[in-house]
Amino acid sequence: MSGRARARLLPWAPALTIACLLGPVVAGLAGVVAPAFGWYPALGGTEWSLAPWAALADWPGLRTAMRLSVVTALAATAISFGATVLICAAWHGTRTFRAIERLLSPLLSVPHAAAALGLAFLIAPSGWVARAVSPWATGWERPPDVLILGDPWGLSLIAGLVAKEVPFLLLMTLAAMGQIPVRRSVLTAETQGYGRATAWIKTVLPRVYPQIRLPVFAVLAFSASVVDVALILGPTTPAPLAVQVLDWLGDPDLSLRFRAAAGAVLQLALVLACLGAWWAGERIAARVGRAWIWSGGRGRGEPVLKVLSGAAAALSASAVLVGLAGLALWSFAGFWAFPDALPETLSLRTWERQGGGLLERAGVTAGIAIAATAISLLLVLACLEAEERHGIRPGTRALWLLYVPLIVPQATFVTGLQTLAVATGTGGTLAAVVAAHAVFVLPYVFLSLADPFRAWDGRMGLVAASLGAGPDRILWRVRLPMLLRPVLTAAAVGIAVSVGQYLPTLLIGLGRVSTLTTEAVALSSGGDRRLIGLYALAQTALPFAGFALAIAVPNAVFRNRRAMQEAG
Amino acid sequence: MKSGLEMEGVTIALEGTALISVTARVPPGEILTVMGPSGSGKSTLLSYVVGAPLPAFDARGAVRLGGRDLSGLGPCARGIGLIFQDDLLFPHMSVGANLAFGLPPTIRGRGRRREAVAAALEDASLAGYARRDPATLSGGQRARVALMRTLLSAPAALLLDEPFSRLDAALRETVRRFTFDTIRDRGLPAVLVTHDAEDARAAGGPVIDPFGQPMDPG
Amino acid sequence: MIRSRSLAVAALALAAPAAAQQVDPADWDAVLAAAEGQTVYWNAWGGDPRLNDYITWAGDRVAEEYGVEVEHVKLSDTATAVSTVLSERSAGQDEDGSIDLIWLNGENFAAMKENDLLFGPWAEDLPNWALLDPEANPALTEDFTVPVEGLEAPWSMAQVVFYYDSARVDEPPTTIPALLDWTEENPGRFGFPQPPDFLGSTFLKQALLGLAEDTGPLYAPVDEADYEAVTAPLWTYMEALTPVLWRQGQAYPQSGPAQHQLVADGEIDIAISFNPGEASAAIANFELPESVRTFVLDGGTLGNASFVAIPYNASATAGAMVVANFLLSAEAQARKQDPAHLGVPTVLDVADLPEEDRALFEEIELGVATLAPEELGETLPEPHPSWMERIEEDWERRFGTGTP
Repeated sequence: MSGRARARLLPWAPALTIACLLGPVVAGLAGVVAPAFGWYPALGGTEWSLAPWAALADWPGLRTAMRLSVVTALAATAISFGATVLICAAWHGTRTFRAIERLLSPLLSVPHAAAALGLAFLIAPSGWVARAVSPWATGWERPPDVLILGDPWGLSLIAGLVAKEVPFLLLMTLAAMGQIPVRRSVLTAETQGYGRATAWIKTVLPRVYPQIRLPVFAVLAFSASVVDVALILGPTTPAPLAVQVLDWLGDPDLSLRFRAAAGAVLQLALVLACLGAWWAGERIAARVGRAWIWSGGRGRGEPVLKVLSGAAAALSASAVLVGLAGLALWSFAGFWAFPDALPETLSLRTWERQGGGLLERAGVTAGIAIAATAISLLLVLACLEAEERHGIRPGTRALWLLYVPLIVPQATFVTGLQTLAVATGTGGTLAAVVAAHAVFVLPYVFLSLADPFRAWDGRMGLVAASLGAGPDRILWRVRLPMLLRPVLTAAAVGIAVSVGQYLPTLLIGLGRVSTLTTEAVALSSGGDRRLIGLYALAQTALPFAGFALAIAVPNAVFRNRRAMQEAG
Repeated sequence: MKSGLEMEGVTIALEGTALISVTARVPPGEILTVMGPSGSGKSTLLSYVVGAPLPAFDARGAVRLGGRDLSGLGPCARGIGLIFQDDLLFPHMSVGANLAFGLPPTIRGRGRRREAVAAALEDASLAGYARRDPATLSGGQRARVALMRTLLSAPAALLLDEPFSRLDAALRETVRRFTFDTIRDRGLPAVLVTHDAEDARAAGGPVIDPFGQPMDPG
Repeated sequence: MIRSRSLAVAALALAAPAAAQQVDPADWDAVLAAAEGQTVYWNAWGGDPRLNDYITWAGDRVAEEYGVEVEHVKLSDTATAVSTVLSERSAGQDEDGSIDLIWLNGENFAAMKENDLLFGPWAEDLPNWALLDPEANPALTEDFTVPVEGLEAPWSMAQVVFYYDSARVDEPPTTIPALLDWTEENPGRFGFPQPPDFLGSTFLKQALLGLAEDTGPLYAPVDEADYEAVTAPLWTYMEALTPVLWRQGQAYPQSGPAQHQLVADGEIDIAISFNPGEASAAIANFELPESVRTFVLDGGTLGNASFVAIPYNASATAGAMVVANFLLSAEAQARKQDPAHLGVPTVLDVADLPEEDRALFEEIELGVATLAPEELGETLPEPHPSWMERIEEDWERRFGTGTP
């Protein structure tokens, strides 16, 4: 492409990006709303009707399933948000906080399904925790018959979600804190006699919250409609609504698809209701918060807060990491009876038998992730550069658009997308799967790259221009190399997001595209902990490698450039 | 045809309030100083002259260089060099690569470009520093490299935005002398904006306030 | 311009024979010729690693023998494949579909047959069809009472068995009522996969067969029977059993193989299976303790055949038939029956096989936890699929959606 053609195309980048994000959502929604109101010609639905809704209302588990979705979402989000705030407030600027920051990348690289599988093995009655204390402390020679996994209140599910969402919200909060003079604000308040954590909550949180609000909403929407984690940790009598919708979609009784479509639309309504409830909670919290600030309370019980939040951080991190270690051990286990804390024998058999298939799937997974991330990165950079050169800066509304694919439940619109993919003959191809992944990868890449890209010192560009460099040369020779670290971090985030995708891979790939994640979930229905361990580990290793490269490559490239080393 | 840098009726306003109003001609080898307190909009004048007006400001007026009207040209086509208070060396490049970045592509061949860079370093008393990491240089050394980088791009004029304000007193004197001597040696028209009377005096040229009125640096 | 149009014409010309490649199953040489070089996307449940290995082996063998590549598309639920074919039809993709072969039976077969989503008839034209004895084994021609009519080819026999850990259970209960007594004495130590999991629903049917006074109505569509009266004993039974099930019936194992882990961990002592060789194979794979043994119920257990079918819009119809035919060969069937690989009973009429093929079966060493064929007892035919649907629905309402 000539420079001039590129210059003409660049202003269109934001519009193209929005189309890439919203097109699939809108098409997918149409593909699910129509059957929800009776229109599905292939199944003989050629008249609009409310019958699917009547069928949905007739399902006896509906109220429980809805309650589960809503309670799980609100509880998981509130706990994750609360823990994030307390951890930041009590520990920011300490050595421990640095350690927490360093743990974030490995934690974020663990896909949801792998984290849930690890947690499941930890907390099950026959799990590692029970084994560690049996029989010497508990007297259990056999696992107790207690309901932990799949409890009807969804507590395990909430725990699994919290363990994964706290790192995500922490990362978002850290990014937001980077734009605020945190140290000065807190110090000023401390000199006026405020406790450190109280100072943070009163002076920093009100400025951080507006910036992490959309990520919080994304967590809320995700938790309300999550499928893979719910399959592993959630209750089944009945399951949360999103899981139930997928069950109906997969039922051999094809007429259930109408009910499924109505359920999928209801799922969207539930997500919106959760968002509304959260919004109302924000109002109340703001009012209470203002009163609290006016009251001038200096904060008491801060040591307790510090211990509690520290424990919360340690617990959620170790739940994921120790759980994974347990699964790793399972992948090498021979027979491993309860209550042995370690397997009787170790064996490489699982790895030997599955190694070939594992490598092949890892290749496919990595290929899809890299392609989807490359496309996303290209579009995001084009958008940001268009903003720079042509002043096309998205308003807050446009930022909302970015979140649409993260807030509209996958269970709702990806189903409709499948029909579209099949209609265009692209279903089952790698290209279609890559495109579907890009819809979910792009927002995350944008979110992680936009701030560092905009925060770049524009005078560098001006100096380069005054030295005779054109906009392309400035971008490629100055701006992108200086932003190598955030660009690679954004790419690693994109890869992690892509690797974790289950539903889009399965539905758009028509089952033909087999990734580590689809394989792990398919195998998890078989309950063989050795295989689950193997795939959960591989599923984690890939994004982890991405994050490791995002740290190692800039360090190697810039080993002789002190100003380019990571601060701290 | 007039030589030097001309600003004719250059006015800059923010929401209707005039900040800058300057008409001046700077002949080659002369340094025009615009003095004013911080926040008086001096830097926006330089942004306008270099061809990167800030969108929030309402700016108008003609800028000519060597008699050529620069309106409509972007910063990369104006041939005006820019020096900031921070040296703004590219942190990912070596000292030599920073200098080579400024070197016009008309100087071809690896050997010739290396020679030009080496010569510039020598001029700045930094011979042999080509492979160094800019972050390992002292403030004064970095300021000199920044100036040499700008000069290597063969500008026809130079704009200096509080170039010495980040340097400590002892260093400031040396860097200032080096900068001003070099400008005069090369016969470049230059505009300096500063709030420091010492800078204005050392520049040795006319001194005006943001509204173009001559003033005495005291 | 001219060149691009001629290119488009050439592309059409190339595409045409591929689209029109539906072959005549009766002309086997033509089938073999068309199959060579094709890739068969075989959609089959992927939750059992040993079975996955078997499919890989079969794929390697047909690649060697006939030049047909097999890609195993692993499903967590066979119904996904039905949905896919349906989506393709609703999108108008009546050719070059993404699925060439599906492992299915019962409900899924009934749904696909009813919606005209299957290619065929073809199964009875397979050369290896001659190795079967459909007269002696009616499960081969009636899939859950739905006539097969050559729309699918059998590849496995399945029969309900139970396995138990003999280290913890001395004498396993061998009737449905005895199972309740045992579970009441050992609460939490028996469970079954949650319906509508295939195996869970099968347990409900097995229980119904063991409790109903007259099983006759079960072999006709459910609408023709007095459903309430026929199933009343089942629900009375389940009301008593559920509170003493594993996790008091508030959570269930999510699949058949998931019970391995529960037995190995000592969470449950008795589990249900559809594969008489499963326990031996799982012991060999470290998944079950060596003390596990298999048993069947007095009065017989449910048995059926598993089939492979070809969607109406398959891309590699010929290749799929070649694979199905290979699966019926003595070589493939003997490997399947060997507990070292799978331990699944054969569909072939072993007694009538040629000497050499019969020897393959006679060499097989049954595992420690596998019953000899004569110990498996009577096979009860599957009820009409409409019963399964209705019972699943009813169970879900009564036990699967929380306290009403």
